[in-house]
Amino acid sequence: MAHTVTSPIYVVQDNIDTDQIIPAQYLTLVPTIAEEYEKLGSYALIGLPDALYPERFVEDGKTQTQYKIVIAGRNFGCGSSREHAPIALGAAGVEAVVAESFARIFFRNCVATGEIYPYDTPVRLSDVLKTGDVATLDFDHDTLTANGQTYSLKPLGEVRPVIDAGGIFNFARESGMIPSR
Amino acid sequence: MILRPMTLTEKVLARASGKTHVQPGDNVWVNVDTLMTHDVCGPGTIGVFKREFGKDAKVWDRNKVVIIPDHYIFTADSMSNRNVDILRDFAREQGLPYFYDVIDDKDGHWTFDAARGPLARQYGSRYTGVCHTTLPWKGHTRPGEILFGTDSHTCMAGAFNQFATGIGNTDAGFILGTGKLLIKVPESMRFFLEGALPPGVMAKDVILHVIGEIGFDGATYKAMQWEGPGVHTMSMDDRMTIANMAIEAGGKNGIFPCDQKTLDYVRERVSENGTRSDFDPVELDREQSFSYDRVFDLSKLEPTVACHPDPGNRKLAKEMSHIGLDRAYIGSCTGGKTSDFLAFAEVVRGKTVKIDTFGVPATTKVVQELKDTVWNGQSVWQILESAGVRLTENASCAACLGGPVDTFGRLNQPMKCISATNRNFPGRMGNKESEVFLASPYTVAASALTGHITDPREFIS
Repeated sequence: MAHTVTSPIYVVQDNIDTDQIIPAQYLTLVPTIAEEYEKLGSYALIGLPDALYPERFVEDGKTQTQYKIVIAGRNFGCGSSREHAPIALGAAGVEAVVAESFARIFFRNCVATGEIYPYDTPVRLSDVLKTGDVATLDFDHDTLTANGQTYSLKPLGEVRPVIDAGGIFNFARESGMIPSR
Repeated sequence: MILRPMTLTEKVLARASGKTHVQPGDNVWVNVDTLMTHDVCGPGTIGVFKREFGKDAKVWDRNKVVIIPDHYIFTADSMSNRNVDILRDFAREQGLPYFYDVIDDKDGHWTFDAARGPLARQYGSRYTGVCHTTLPWKGHTRPGEILFGTDSHTCMAGAFNQFATGIGNTDAGFILGTGKLLIKVPESMRFFLEGALPPGVMAKDVILHVIGEIGFDGATYKAMQWEGPGVHTMSMDDRMTIANMAIEAGGKNGIFPCDQKTLDYVRERVSENGTRSDFDPVELDREQSFSYDRVFDLSKLEPTVACHPDPGNRKLAKEMSHIGLDRAYIGSCTGGKTSDFLAFAEVVRGKTVKIDTFGVPATTKVVQELKDTVWNGQSVWQILESAGVRLTENASCAACLGGPVDTFGRLNQPMKCISATNRNFPGRMGNKESEVFLASPYTVAASALTGHITDPREFIS
């Protein structure tokens, strides 16, 4: 069976920093505590300015988003090293962020945690797609299809198996780098 | 085989991975010299460590783990107080010698007494304050070493000729168990500094200028190497300010050569604190390869401001006098050192600030030094208070990153704030409709006096 996800998309522009993904006041939540992990999901992207993003990413009172794919411009996830950022997105039900580019630590934290797939797109999709459009992300062919157009994404390469495994610990165990439990 | 010369970052990474040579793009396992974590990411890091290595697991080397509560300390928020307790329990269980706790009782619980107010000291004898400023003070930064920290401004320690960068909880949990991390060798960019800073211009202006030049994702995945005669004219504090903000250009790390100033600074502090003293600096090779290489003349720089909404939105202070302000703020790892407060005091001395002005020393040592430094019979602390600055003894990260709503200096409603801190994305200091302007302590001080963005040279002869 093909490995795809089809979902409404949420579109953001350039330089969405970690404070907009998960504002600092919510960093008191500890991601390894189950109920606090879930709560982090409910606050995902709550730091986006309301004027620019009138559509809430996670509806009030909910912990899950309807948008399993986020489309972004340049430098997504810049700012802090807080792992709460990819975790909040993953906890809210996001499968992938497709961005023109990523900030380094955010990208690494996506891989280390295995929470979400950070795809680079050579086409600036944040200009051509809008929030609420429905898209299909095909993980086997590294493509995103929306509004009748199919866009090629940059393959994830060596980080792909790490995310597939569910993060660096699972990957390190599967590949014998650290002892299995 | 002829190996090409290496940059400073490549040399540190080669040594730490047991190789004679590495090049950009190589993935290498490095041995970690120091892992630092704090109250915001420490509990999650500990959670990952226990989940993956077992609840009775021991850290790989208790002398290489440094835990510094500093983010959400002086707040009545019970979750924040709990997180400091999680750190204390872990430090006790693991027998960690380098835990700079807010209270002295190893079995106690931390609660902030809101009734005593935010200004008066509420910490014990071990507490230090902001992690990045504590690390060098307590002798944990050494040339040629590898430092990882669960905080993006960990790159500040690059001032000391070491590889230092921020990581997430999962990577930190991995290090706690193994002492190693797999990392990619970054390409290096060189910023070659000539000349000396003119009056009224500070190291902060240098880094704001450079970020404006390359763009605030201009160093993404790269090492920012600082060289040239201009570097050697700078104090260690200046170098720390510059290295601190590598991340604001997306950089993986910033790194400086080691000179006599570095050696004097580090030797004094490792001997004072009894930390490891056997370090080995990395030296500059003559022919290095850079993906970017530019000369900057320090004498041409002017007071610079990074305007809302990002650290790369560069303007000259003198062009921005039409921007009225509601608040001024001095503090943080970048801008809360003793030298930053002394510069600020030079400007406001004998005058009165026109807008709400908050001062948060980075560390408890800065508090002490401001009280001990006397100018014409008045301590700098008194000079600042007389000028109308709201100064707290409770050294911490405070409002630099917003934090819980009762955080000292936090922007709780939409306003315009000029700040000596390092980051100004929407919502960074609290309210997400606020606007934050980043500037040097001089420029923040001059702007506090006038109520609008002001070139400090108007006040400095």
